[in-house]
Amino acid sequence: MSTTTASATPTAPAAPAKQRDTRRRRRLSQWGFIAPAVVFMLLFFGYPLVRNVVMSFQDFSPSTFFDGKSPFNGTDNWSKVFHDDLFGKALWHTIVFTIGSLVGQFGIGLALAVFFTKKFPLNGFLRSLILLPWLVPMVVSGIVWRRILDQDTGVLNSFADTLGLGGHTPWLTSPGMALFSVILVNIWIGIPFNMVILYGGLQEIPKELYEAASLDGASAWRTFRSITLPLLKPVITVVLVLGFMSTVKILDLILALTDGGPADSTQTLGTLTYQNSFVQLDFGAGAVVGNVLILISAVFAVFYLRANRSEGK
Amino acid sequence: MATVSEATATTAPKRRWGATVAGVVILCVMLFPLYWMINTALQPESGLLEVSPVPHSLDLSGFTSAISEQGGHLLTSLAVALGAVVICLAIAAPAAYGLAQFRLPGTKSIVFGTLITQMVPGIVIANALYSAYVDLGLVNSYFGLMLADASLGIPFAIVLMRSFMVAIPKEVIEAAEVDGASKVRTFVQVVLPMSRNSLITAGLFSFLYAWSDFMFALTLNTTDDVKPVTLGIYQYIGAHVGDWGSVMAASVLSAIPAAVLLVLAQKYIAAGITGGSVK
Repeated sequence: MSTTTASATPTAPAAPAKQRDTRRRRRLSQWGFIAPAVVFMLLFFGYPLVRNVVMSFQDFSPSTFFDGKSPFNGTDNWSKVFHDDLFGKALWHTIVFTIGSLVGQFGIGLALAVFFTKKFPLNGFLRSLILLPWLVPMVVSGIVWRRILDQDTGVLNSFADTLGLGGHTPWLTSPGMALFSVILVNIWIGIPFNMVILYGGLQEIPKELYEAASLDGASAWRTFRSITLPLLKPVITVVLVLGFMSTVKILDLILALTDGGPADSTQTLGTLTYQNSFVQLDFGAGAVVGNVLILISAVFAVFYLRANRSEGK
Repeated sequence: MATVSEATATTAPKRRWGATVAGVVILCVMLFPLYWMINTALQPESGLLEVSPVPHSLDLSGFTSAISEQGGHLLTSLAVALGAVVICLAIAAPAAYGLAQFRLPGTKSIVFGTLITQMVPGIVIANALYSAYVDLGLVNSYFGLMLADASLGIPFAIVLMRSFMVAIPKEVIEAAEVDGASKVRTFVQVVLPMSRNSLITAGLFSFLYAWSDFMFALTLNTTDDVKPVTLGIYQYIGAHVGDWGSVMAASVLSAIPAAVLLVLAQKYIAAGITGGSVK
């Protein structure tokens, strides 16, 4: 060790180098905090995205997992999937299911959110209990509803019967009816989430604006349209986009309610991916449908980011 | 009705209770399916017949058979969900801190990437993960399912905790480091205690995500070795369509964590729903 009082000239160039060294070491230890998460997300989100594209050009068969053979087969999977009527049906069902669910969840969620901005006794208590349906595992909700909607012994039909409204509606067993019923159940599941977020958004709107509006004699509808909706718009965008992303890919609920039936009338892109890959063990066809699903989500994500940017943040 | 006049002006108490009544009605409609789940569970003798609106007697045989058939699966769910929470927090908390406080190049893209992961459909992940899991021997393993379930919570946990950790004043962290604490010690002894609430919220949600998981359980298991209760119930109705009493009893048991957490940790749940989505 040389003493620190030694000539300044030799240490001067060494100091920045040493500094650079410690800074690099600090950088490295900082990356240590982030690296595990980055690696994890690359493995569990990045890798599947890439792998699905590759898989969609490979031939998988039930024997693949014994002999490990999955040769490339060009665009065979793609043309097979696109020529199957079921794909078109599933795409259509996905669109109907997503739009129907979102409209219902959002509409009722917003109405309830507005309702709960009133001050009344037990407001907070009731508002928190409404969350319960959202927290129950989705498969479990699906199974409970399957019992409720049972054509012969379900409570909904016996209730309708008592009211003299028929009471033999084949909610889940008729191909013309099943998708509608599945949408109804999904609306029920989604209402709490929409309500809570929209309620939060409503609380952010300054009260003075409403006071001013009521001084100006604006009607309730006018106030809602000219103050509430425009100021709530960023929150509305978030709710709809998050709702879209979680609805378009739904699987649990449909499997629990109908398994995609009857006669494929509730088959969506999500269930079709599952059926192809995990029931028929044709992972190539499953990957094709999965890629279409990703593509739809991605297009929506772009819209979302655009909207966010124009919002200024 | 303008919401304001209600909030500011003093309204007649009668009208305010009217809103409470409306609220109770709404709640009853929303919670009816859950009531029906409990009601059906208490009438195991009804089988495939119509279930009466209220149970005539307290018949708990549905619950005893549910526990004997699904008890093991409930424990599996618990073990997998707890494991997923540990993995999730161990990975997400340091990352959230790093992304919030270190000014590293690429931070923005990583945060952006984290947000984007939420749009990747789970079934697509499962599709690719399955063959990788086969190669790695992770199919039908607790650890494999814990890892997959942790992926449900990690992006959310990072985004949520980061938004809290951004608010920790630089001076606090610098003070700890001046005192000679290492990066890791500063993180464990200063940052984590200060972010306690967001840590609890992230942990709760990753628990609920993992507990509710059905898709990874369905796709990444080919035998009965690792069967969480969601999968257990699903397969059970496929096999015994008549025995609704015990299916519903099992459903009630599987809904208990959600109900307990809602009562005990209400403020964290509310914070999580708004914090994780709006930020």
